[in-house]
Amino acid sequence: MPPLTRWFLKAALVYFVVALCTGILLALPNTNPIAGLFPVYLHMLTFGWLTQLIFGIALWMFPKYSPAKPRGYEWLGWATFILLNTGLILRVIFEPLNGAAPSSLGNWMLVAAALFQWLAGVAFVANTWKRVREK
Amino acid sequence: MPRLSVFFVRASLIHLLLGFTLGGLLLANKGIMISPVIWVLLPLHIEFAFIGWMVQLAMGIAFWILPRFSSGAPRGDEHLSWLTLVLVNAGVFFVVLDTLFDLQGFTLAGRAMETLGFITFAIGNWKRIKPLNT
Repeated sequence: MPPLTRWFLKAALVYFVVALCTGILLALPNTNPIAGLFPVYLHMLTFGWLTQLIFGIALWMFPKYSPAKPRGYEWLGWATFILLNTGLILRVIFEPLNGAAPSSLGNWMLVAAALFQWLAGVAFVANTWKRVREK
Repeated sequence: MPRLSVFFVRASLIHLLLGFTLGGLLLANKGIMISPVIWVLLPLHIEFAFIGWMVQLAMGIAFWILPRFSSGAPRGDEHLSWLTLVLVNAGVFFVVLDTLFDLQGFTLAGRAMETLGFITFAIGNWKRIKPLNT
């Protein structure tokens, strides 16, 4: 298993556990729900856990890009990992924070989170597209 | 990777881009209000990201890696799985049309197509869920 896949998978497992703990927090009785925590919970499950797991496994298992570059452009794979996780961490921090106390910094951090996560998707597709082919 | 899986996975990557683009717009709109109309796109974000990206990718990979038959066509009758590809993508397209243009009954038709697509996939690949080399 290539190092980048290990990073994707271990990060995915961390998000899974954190998401499940957030789910417990959301289900606690007699607590005021923090605005913005529910979408964070959903995205930690679907994006941090499932999508990140798929990205890591696809990078490892899909047909080789070329004999010289079996997994496509290595830097693009790392860029996907860094953008995905930076974007999601920004969202996890600033969406509930902005729900509790909106601020200009929080607003722009959400824009940055959106941009980073979108770029992660674009980078993944750009690096994966040619590997999706008949053998 | 068989041809049908290539179609499934590439279609799922297109849905990923659409889902991520709408998701990015929705999240950015929480930070700086671009337009309240953007919230209308939430069902599309879910449709693209869940059905179009994740479910379609899962079917494409399943069609590729499920055990093959040792005699006859290795992946059985592929027609049903090709029909799945058409039905699921047409279904998502119908839901999109309804959300964007408020076309009466299109979401119902789209969901019915998606459901029929998943049923045809299950029927088409049911017998491939078996021990290896049988």
